[in-house]
Amino acid sequence: MEILFYIAAAVTLLATVRVITHVHAVHALLYLVVALIALALIFYLLGAQFAAALEIIIYGGAIMVLFIFVVMLLGPLAVEQEKSWLTPGTWVGPNVLALVLLGEVGYLIAAGDHLPIDFMETRRKGVSIVLYGPYIIGVELASMLLLPGLIGAYHLGRRVPKESR
Amino acid sequence: MLTTHALVLAIMLFCIGLVGLLSRRNVLYMLLSLEIMLNAASLAFIAGGARWGQADGEIMFLFILTLAAAEVSVALGIVLQLSYRFQTLDADAFSEMKG
Repeated sequence: MEILFYIAAAVTLLATVRVITHVHAVHALLYLVVALIALALIFYLLGAQFAAALEIIIYGGAIMVLFIFVVMLLGPLAVEQEKSWLTPGTWVGPNVLALVLLGEVGYLIAAGDHLPIDFMETRRKGVSIVLYGPYIIGVELASMLLLPGLIGAYHLGRRVPKESR
Repeated sequence: MLTTHALVLAIMLFCIGLVGLLSRRNVLYMLLSLEIMLNAASLAFIAGGARWGQADGEIMFLFILTLAAAEVSVALGIVLQLSYRFQTLDADAFSEMKG
């Protein structure tokens, strides 16, 4: 089971290095998605299934979609550019890394529920109990952070008319 | 053992993100590097929680997730404004304040 962790760690490191060394923003985002999914697998192997699910749904899903929307808004997509994105050179790297992760998940499903750290049930309950017990002030603060975030993003995201600058 | 190596991985990810933040001049890549560093921090929290069998690590992960969502939405709005006003994303070009 430990070997799965090391493979996922290698995938994470490789994909992360490719993120910061890539020139094209969309390629870098593809690699970042792979890195986030590999990190989610590591969370799962460390016994934090809820965190793994959130990592995929919120980080790999919502936040990366935001990034991709902004990349698309920054410049009109030329047909030539889209053609270059459909060549194998763009997607082979992230695909190979994602296939490695898929193999690991397949092995995990086939091997059954034998995680290296086995105090799942108590911790899963513990997270929700502690979150709405001692950490309730943190939940309130998080909601107070998200509302200004929403308003700030709405205010900053609009396009300013040329004459009012 | 696994959690120790997870901490080592978190340090390496954080360093990669830091190098990216310092070496790239494109604002979008600097944001991506920030995301990598936030992820490294949450990996460290999860590893700590797994080592001690406490729920606090995962709760800190939830808070980091909330923070990242708010930060990314505001920062991407700023990136859009910068690209509208300066027609570039080069961080060195935004020097109007002469600070």
